[in-house]
Amino acid sequence: MADIVLDKVTKKYPDGTTAVHEVDLEIADGEFIILVGPSGCGKSTTLNMIAGLEDISSGELRIAGERVNEKQPKDRDIAMVFQSYALYPNMTVGENMAFPLRLAKMDKALIKQKVDDAARVLELTEYLDRKPANLSGGQRQRVAMGRAIVRSPKAFLMDEPLSNLDAKLRVQMRTQVSRLQKQLNTTTVYVTHDQTEAMTLGDRVVVMRGGYIQQLGDPQTLYDNPKNLFVAGFIGSPSMNFLSATVEESLLRTPLGDLPLGDRLRSSLSGADAPRQLILGIRPEHFEDARLIEEHQRERGFEFTMPVDLVESMGSDKYVYFTVEGEHATAADLEDLAADAGGADLPPQDSLVTRLSAESRVRDGVDARVWMNLDKIHLFDPRDGRNITLHEDKTAGVTTV
Amino acid sequence: MAAATTSAKVKWGVLDAVVVVFALIPVLWIASLSFKTPATLTDGNFIPREWTFDNYKLIFQTDQFVRALINSIGIALISTLIAVVLGTMAAYAISRLDFPGKQLLVGVSLLIAMFPQVSLVSPLFNIERNTGLFDTWPGLILPYITFALPLAIYTLSAFFKQIPWDLEKAAKMDGATQGEAFRRVIAPLAAPGVFTTAILVFIFCWNDFLFAISLTSTERSRTVPVALSFFTGASQFEDPTGAISAAAVVITIPIILFVLFFQKRIVAGLTSGAVKG
Repeated sequence: MADIVLDKVTKKYPDGTTAVHEVDLEIADGEFIILVGPSGCGKSTTLNMIAGLEDISSGELRIAGERVNEKQPKDRDIAMVFQSYALYPNMTVGENMAFPLRLAKMDKALIKQKVDDAARVLELTEYLDRKPANLSGGQRQRVAMGRAIVRSPKAFLMDEPLSNLDAKLRVQMRTQVSRLQKQLNTTTVYVTHDQTEAMTLGDRVVVMRGGYIQQLGDPQTLYDNPKNLFVAGFIGSPSMNFLSATVEESLLRTPLGDLPLGDRLRSSLSGADAPRQLILGIRPEHFEDARLIEEHQRERGFEFTMPVDLVESMGSDKYVYFTVEGEHATAADLEDLAADAGGADLPPQDSLVTRLSAESRVRDGVDARVWMNLDKIHLFDPRDGRNITLHEDKTAGVTTV
Repeated sequence: MAAATTSAKVKWGVLDAVVVVFALIPVLWIASLSFKTPATLTDGNFIPREWTFDNYKLIFQTDQFVRALINSIGIALISTLIAVVLGTMAAYAISRLDFPGKQLLVGVSLLIAMFPQVSLVSPLFNIERNTGLFDTWPGLILPYITFALPLAIYTLSAFFKQIPWDLEKAAKMDGATQGEAFRRVIAPLAAPGVFTTAILVFIFCWNDFLFAISLTSTERSRTVPVALSFFTGASQFEDPTGAISAAAVVITIPIILFVLFFQKRIVAGLTSGAVKG
């Protein structure tokens, strides 16, 4: 067990592209940290540099206080779980798990004991004599985990270990990975492109894009106080709604109507360089059917009426979609997000997604009166994507780039 | 549905039978000839009316054939071994590493494979005469390796490319050196490819006639295909057909044994289960 420190770690390829830009990251002993981001954001490259499978162009990597830049993977004493599992097909499950121990020239009896222990933890005991080809996806995944935990390394590296499993199994394995990590209390770096995995698994989450760390913090902080448009749009499902907004006098003109500027928003906009043209961000759960809002809450919000496009009833809540007329929110960050999702995850630009209580009686095609919580609004500067409503007191615990 | 499957089965069965019969009849004919007595050689019967082992006795009595058999086995085995070892290393480098001149290497080896061998016979003859390689084992082994290597490199690099690179990374993470990763993880998985290549190279060397007849002059290094062409009957006026047939049957046996022996090791789909397919 050990802490891992990345000190201005950079990866530059011979063709001149830089995959990772001066990443600073301190991973505490026993911490479960997630690197998340769209494909090509540098998360896997970062992981491979920690593993030693890729050279570090500049900067320093320290494991347990010791510089390991020049060390071979085998001398770093860290285990890795691959997305493809990378099980040795010519060996049985037991031999696969024993492989790192045999390479370490460990005593045979001890190897057997350790493999048996790991197999018991992962419920693989009855499969020890099978070949990987005769296992299901979930079992193979567990063998890959077993091969990692069997030698009690300083740290685990996991490269999208669950992305090859089907949806149901993925949720099961997610819980198992989380429990295993708590049980072993081993420093773990986990790479994923799935923000749900990132939110549910990690002690802390690192959101990356284009080789830069966008934001680092615990999942709730990232969700509640995203530092910029990219993080706001990436974290959360369904993702945050973005609307164009213009400041006029003491009003915020938006396609939903003119919102009053409360003290919180006013103070954010008081700076000399505060832009007039803004992007408003609000999450789906911060809307509610106006009929279900109690009187004392009503004044903290804003109400508008709109025809309902579509209602999706989830049982516990209802997702209600509206079409927003007027100008669309545009910013480079949003285009990046849309490009990454291929338009799949993000709602279309003119669509507003709201999550209302199950008791709401809104119906398709009928006008609905909707309440929006003004306390939860984020305002972003479209020029650089910065969240201007993010106050210092709220960012406690958020490490900035 | 069932009727369709049955008719499909019949159709394929007949087609397969035709192909097998077409390929096997000449072989069986040779085998049949080898068991006939000189008197009944030309009677046109497929199954010999009089069975005899005289032809086999005859060829093993002549020093000529036994010596050629030893030459053939030795030369083919040594060439195969060297070509496969070199080919494995080259193919591994080509499939895994990025090095300057890689495309050139692949191109040149393809060029060698395409080069008409007959055009090289005269220069090789002169070179070997001058260097003293003429009519020696190395004199045949060297050109065999040259022409077998492109074949080995191509076949093997296709096999190496099928082995997921993640396996090697995983082995390194598990504490293996580059050498250990190759020896304990990659080599066992590449084994079917290596054996397949070995068979192909062996057959190529075993069957060669052109180099063998041009670069040898005595029994010292003459291989079986050449020795066959020098066969004569017991006397000048006797037809050696029976003896040649018997020899042809005998030299097919090592190939069959070689294939059968290695076939067990060629387990298709050995890499399945390594990674999510």
